[in-house]
Amino acid sequence: MSTQTAVDSMISVKNLSKVYASGFQALKDINLEIQPGEIFALLGPNGAGKTTLISIICGIVNASSGQVQAAGYDIQRDYRSARQAIGLVPQELSTDMFEKVWSTVRFSRGLFGKAPNDAYLEQVLKDLTLWDKKDNTIMTLSGGMKRRVMIAKALAHEPRILFLDEPTAGVDVELRREMWALVRKLRETGVTVILTTHYIEEAEEMADRIGIINKGQIMLVEQTRSLMKKLGKKELILDLAHPLAAIPEALQSFQLSLEADGHQLLYHFDDQAESTGIPLLLKQLAEAGIDFRDLHTRESSLEDIFVQLIGGRA
Amino acid sequence: MNWYGVKAIYRFELARFFRTLFQSIASPVISTSLYFIVFGSAIGGRMSEIDGISYGAFIVPGLMMLTILTESISNASFGIYMPKYSGTIYEILSAPVSALEIVLGYVGAAATKSLILGCIIFATAKFFVSFSVLHPLWMLAFLVLTALSFSLFGFIIGVWADGFEKLQIIPLMIITPLTFLGGSFYSIHMLPPFWQKVTLFNPIVYLISGFRWSFYGISDVGVGISLTMTGVFLLLCSLTIWWIFKTGYRLKR
Repeated sequence: MSTQTAVDSMISVKNLSKVYASGFQALKDINLEIQPGEIFALLGPNGAGKTTLISIICGIVNASSGQVQAAGYDIQRDYRSARQAIGLVPQELSTDMFEKVWSTVRFSRGLFGKAPNDAYLEQVLKDLTLWDKKDNTIMTLSGGMKRRVMIAKALAHEPRILFLDEPTAGVDVELRREMWALVRKLRETGVTVILTTHYIEEAEEMADRIGIINKGQIMLVEQTRSLMKKLGKKELILDLAHPLAAIPEALQSFQLSLEADGHQLLYHFDDQAESTGIPLLLKQLAEAGIDFRDLHTRESSLEDIFVQLIGGRA
Repeated sequence: MNWYGVKAIYRFELARFFRTLFQSIASPVISTSLYFIVFGSAIGGRMSEIDGISYGAFIVPGLMMLTILTESISNASFGIYMPKYSGTIYEILSAPVSALEIVLGYVGAAATKSLILGCIIFATAKFFVSFSVLHPLWMLAFLVLTALSFSLFGFIIGVWADGFEKLQIIPLMIITPLTFLGGSFYSIHMLPPFWQKVTLFNPIVYLISGFRWSFYGISDVGVGISLTMTGVFLLLCSLTIWWIFKTGYRLKR
């Protein structure tokens, strides 16, 4: 991608708020820093403010207050430099259906102030397996292909920052995996990727950091791994030979709960702790005469964490 | 200036015109030919000359203006309305292009299309009637000024419209009647004195009058007034567009 001056933050958002004409406050005092070269996932339920935030950064929606910098440029004062650094793939498949693939990517490159470079555009289309479709009108392409055209258009001007707003919404599993591979490849070339998604699996799989937004407020921003470690739980599940009506008195010191009408005993533990307490629990179960047929462990997913956070603070 | 951006919009818009070339050209050429057949040959043959000009030749500037006005508005309004309708406006709004560059691209393309059609109508008219142009440079100046100002006006309509009905309503309900009543087919001196006064409130009168003067050296109102009125309209449209981009009216939320 294009060689530009290094910046500390690729995106810097300070005290950003947005109140629509209807009076609805979509964003409340947002502060966010996104580092160069990272993949950042913005998670949130519908109406949380994800698209509004992206739209303000890209210049589609006016902010009510606050400052935003993209690639070190203020999006208001230096809007040309800021916007030249950004590529946007919107959520909707908004393309000129009668245009050909090749002409639409050439249009995008010109629109963003770049001199024609057919060799570069050819490479972009080849990377997105669109090269053999370059003379097709967009309306003849499948939904997945159209999504790729949107990405090609966003990449046509060699952006340093790529926004993907719900990039895999409505696409099949195969294409979703291809998209993930593409995003990783883009990151290798130095592009900072910011994606919004409903798919927790997507964020967990791809993002270096995750930001959770709800009701217009950023609730947390964490490294994906540390978020999983910090808020993730591990559970030991014991399938009991005989159901229990209640947890015996002797086991009250453990973090236990009964599930499946007393057929399962769940033990919540911290696998990072010095001792998990599992050997002691098993010993005490034997002493209490509680038999089990099977045991396995389960790690909470990002989805569990997300639901826990949104549910807890909603 | 982002000239690549201007060029991209301009070429994109012209490409749309050339993609539907037959439809773009055939429709105005056929309707103008019909006007010449009906008003020029059938009815015009029974009419006396106006200010020493045969009726067929008299209506040429008015018919050219009619096409240029309607095509400028239609092309420019459709050009900016379609991205809004299809959602592709996001790309224009997120691109490093200024308001001036966006307007140059869209309005420039719309005005170019109207000028091409104006030339085609001019050539078509030559098949039906004999006429010459007394002030070709002034004719060109009026043509360009009208195409530009009404393309700007069309751009405003395209931004304002939130449905296809609104896109059509001003050209159909206001512009076409004003053009017909603006002296396209008659000299306003042929009207009773009261209606001559009323018709002076119609801005199209000044355009057609000035344009006709560039052809035959005759006009209903002074050429200076015609130019001033065209300039005022251009300025008003430019100021409205400046306000649209400043406030983001119907473009940005």
